[in-house]
Amino acid sequence: MTDLTRVTAAALAELLSTREVSSVEATRAHLDRIEAVDTDLHAFLHIDSDGALKRASEIDQLRADGHEVGPLAGVPVAVKDVLCTIGMPSTAGSKILEGWMPPYDATVVARMRSANLVLLGKTNMDEFAMGSSTEYSAYGPTRNPWDRERTPGGSGGGSAAAVGAFEAPFALGSDTGGSIRQPAAFTGTVGVKPTYGGVSRYGAIALASSLDQVGPVSRTVLDAALLHDVIGGHDPHDATSLTDFWPSFAAAAREGAEAPSLKGVRIGVIKELGGDGFQKGVNDRFTEALALAEAAGAEIVEVSAPHFEYGIAAYYLILPAEASSNLAKFDSVRFGLRVTPEGGGTVEQVMSATREAGFGPEVKRRVILGTYALSAGYYDAYYGSAQKVRTLIQRDFAAAFDRVDVLVSPSAPTTAFTFGEKTDDPLSMYLNDITTIPANLAGIPGMSLPMGLAAEDGLPTGLQIMAPAREDVRLYRIGAAFEALFAQQWGGSLLDQLPTMAGMGAERATVGAPAPAPASVLPVHGAPEPGFGTEPDGGTR
Amino acid sequence: MATAHGSAELMDFDEVFETYEPVLGFEVHVELSTKTKMFSAAPNEFGSAPNTNIAPVDLGLPGSLPTVNETAVRYSISLGLALGCQIAKSSRFARKNYFYPDLGKNYQISQFDEPIAFEGSVEVELEDGTTVTVPIERAHMEEDAGKLTHMGGSTGRIQGAEYSLVDYNRAGVPLVEIVTKPIYGAEKRAPEIAKAYVATIRDIVRSLGISEARMERGNLRCDANVSLRPRSKAGEEPAPLGTRTETKNVNSLRSVERAVRYEIQRQAAILAKGGTITQETRHWHEDTGTTSAGRPKSDADDYRYFPEPDLLPVVPSAELINELRAALPESPAIFRRRLQADYGFTDSEFRDILNANILVEMEETVKAGASPAQARKWWLGEILRIANAQGVEPGTLVTPFNVSELIALVESGQLTDRLARQVLEGVVAGEGSPDEVVKARGLAVVSDDTALIAAIDTALESQPDVLAKIRDGKVQAAGAVIGAVMKAMKGQADAARVRELVLERSSKL
Repeated sequence: MTDLTRVTAAALAELLSTREVSSVEATRAHLDRIEAVDTDLHAFLHIDSDGALKRASEIDQLRADGHEVGPLAGVPVAVKDVLCTIGMPSTAGSKILEGWMPPYDATVVARMRSANLVLLGKTNMDEFAMGSSTEYSAYGPTRNPWDRERTPGGSGGGSAAAVGAFEAPFALGSDTGGSIRQPAAFTGTVGVKPTYGGVSRYGAIALASSLDQVGPVSRTVLDAALLHDVIGGHDPHDATSLTDFWPSFAAAAREGAEAPSLKGVRIGVIKELGGDGFQKGVNDRFTEALALAEAAGAEIVEVSAPHFEYGIAAYYLILPAEASSNLAKFDSVRFGLRVTPEGGGTVEQVMSATREAGFGPEVKRRVILGTYALSAGYYDAYYGSAQKVRTLIQRDFAAAFDRVDVLVSPSAPTTAFTFGEKTDDPLSMYLNDITTIPANLAGIPGMSLPMGLAAEDGLPTGLQIMAPAREDVRLYRIGAAFEALFAQQWGGSLLDQLPTMAGMGAERATVGAPAPAPASVLPVHGAPEPGFGTEPDGGTR
Repeated sequence: MATAHGSAELMDFDEVFETYEPVLGFEVHVELSTKTKMFSAAPNEFGSAPNTNIAPVDLGLPGSLPTVNETAVRYSISLGLALGCQIAKSSRFARKNYFYPDLGKNYQISQFDEPIAFEGSVEVELEDGTTVTVPIERAHMEEDAGKLTHMGGSTGRIQGAEYSLVDYNRAGVPLVEIVTKPIYGAEKRAPEIAKAYVATIRDIVRSLGISEARMERGNLRCDANVSLRPRSKAGEEPAPLGTRTETKNVNSLRSVERAVRYEIQRQAAILAKGGTITQETRHWHEDTGTTSAGRPKSDADDYRYFPEPDLLPVVPSAELINELRAALPESPAIFRRRLQADYGFTDSEFRDILNANILVEMEETVKAGASPAQARKWWLGEILRIANAQGVEPGTLVTPFNVSELIALVESGQLTDRLARQVLEGVVAGEGSPDEVVKARGLAVVSDDTALIAAIDTALESQPDVLAKIRDGKVQAAGAVIGAVMKAMKGQADAARVRELVLERSSKL
């Protein structure tokens, strides 16, 4: 029988709709997988086994009773802990919110519940999404399923690792400066940051309001599109939510994959996002990806974005400024941690002691930075200038999109780095987001999809595709075409090359999939592994 | 510290002006009477049980987001137009950051560099009929904070309290803050101008129907800025502005007048002795008629304002502004002149109404059906008497609609004036509408002739000599019988009807 954790969400939805498998079976398979690997991986902060199985059984019953349950009914999903969920703690990876049970669902969570998805649990993240490695989670880091000595990226390392390690078919993340896309690149998964305003932020614990965007994490472009279709669209509870009509992203992904062609597509390569300072294996895979696109009919155009070099500096003023204000609510008065100094204290002293104890080092660093940047007398020089840079970067994008349909770059300058490699040097951690930050500053959509393994370390690299604001549909069509072209070239999905995980040998033996060799001896791409092709391949069968 | 207020030295008021010139400035907060809050769907209601009118955003719960109340924006634009302001083509909300437990988010959503309305002026009419123009700098939208109650101390203030309770019902209630420019040349009329300005704002917001504007409930709150500067001689450059104090939350018209007067006298005494004024907020103490030091306030207070990223700019269309402009009621000054003409009151009759602050109540009472003369009689008579006795504004005691109902009951003969005063007492005590009080207290005039006739017959039979006189045509003798009947009816009878019936029965018995 098929291992239900290895199939895509689209394929699983198909199996469920034909009642070949039940949601309870699919949910149990994922919970078993989580139980087997997550002690080691730590992708989840909270696993709601009972709630998930109960909901799965209800959905099975609804289907048995002939109710219209929706195309994704019964498919399990994981949720980044930044999102508010009724019945599950929502901590944003922080001690200050340990055990906090929100009285409401984030809009995206409510929409997933209405679509009859089964919520497995909450995934790990850097505290309040501040970080690029998940090492700043107050609850301990998540390991990268490709190499457990390495980080899965961040802040959404939990969602990316969970999806990459087959603990969930797909998941929700949030992306303020790359927190969906960079972990996707590090774990060989797909991650999409939608157009700002395309997905509701209501119930997403805010980091930087003008940059935050919720989006899907998955193993295929189609799965990301299916989830995006569920969570996207106008929400009256979010004043920055766009009122646009959005076409079906899943239809676009299917169209892109059907006859993978990039004929006539003008693809812009941003000169400033690549080359020197990027890992050789990343640059090599990117060059190959461009050659592949050209061979498929695309026109490759080099474009320049002269103001991108100020992107990180601007980002690290705007983000801390907004975050310092957004995080002011964590004061012990109404919810969350309360630390009273010995012998009692005034409300100010209790607030201070609580924030001292409840926030981790990176959060404190950014709150202090942001408070400073907004101070009278400094506002114009810091926050004001950063907003001007933001405008210049938007103009760079506008000029580039006058010439091309999409822009591409490596999703991150390196492959996954090791634990502790960057925590002593915050700036080097910040620089890892150089490729992803511009899209957030400009509000445009961006996708990362697997681009192959870097030769020198055998770790995944990611291809970032960016489209003009409101043109998310273009990402799905072109992303799916790229994905299909890569699959043709590699003879399968990159995740098929995921190394065996500790304790998984016996289980893997039953699934009929090829037992992958260690990454170091795998061909980066080339001939399919023996036996490849026996698995469902992304729901297009 | 809430110590020793009332001990400040004061300079004689008239003496102040020999040396100093006061400069005034006001910040008036108006709570808008929208159905829901500024940024959430929670009800905007006064007097509910604590922490029941709340939504996640009012508590600053993680993940919650504000959305703008469109009615509040319309009200704010109307108010801006009524203040003669320009309306911003694009107006932005901003976050004012400071930690205080009455603010769930630890920032207040307000407006900073792009207020909805700016550059206006208001004509303020003083008691003698002269008019003063008060320049308006801006009117901006913001949200109210929650209400703190400090427990365990003796003063009710935070100092000395053991703990504090927070009620977030008020958190997020829509406010418009109206900020004047410095008001020069007020001179000895400064206290009077202060009172008249706040009264004018109150009349404007009431005429717009955008706020209850009840100062005792905090619907309208005034912070009064006062500074003194040395009087300059003719031909000299005016001296630079002196250091100001901001007396917070002065919550009645009379208090505004007193607080400004007090600050002028207090500051003058300090300056005359060579002292300096501390830039600070001051608390007004209604009981002692004094102010005391609050917190130091400097221009360098750093609220780290920045544009609110959770909200889009408010961009009112020209159509909307035109629509609201066309719907503006007449200005209070024009309104006053028109009412006086409509009601046919003399200047002195009308002045009494203005001085008692019952103009709006008068108008609404007349609109509800009462005659101007009757409305004036009740508001200036019994209602004002109770108000003065209780030390409150007449308009807070009873609604104009209830007054008109009361008048109607008198005019239809269902109540005598004497009974009506008892009914009014019940309405003021919160026993319900006049009809309800009449029923509950059983105060209606006995209009059932059978009961009256029975009482009359008894009275006539017991006074045969009077009956004989009446039959002889000595009608004035009926008074004794009428008195006896009224007494028997415990006053709940219409004397005129009793008289009619007495004469009628006399001829029949």
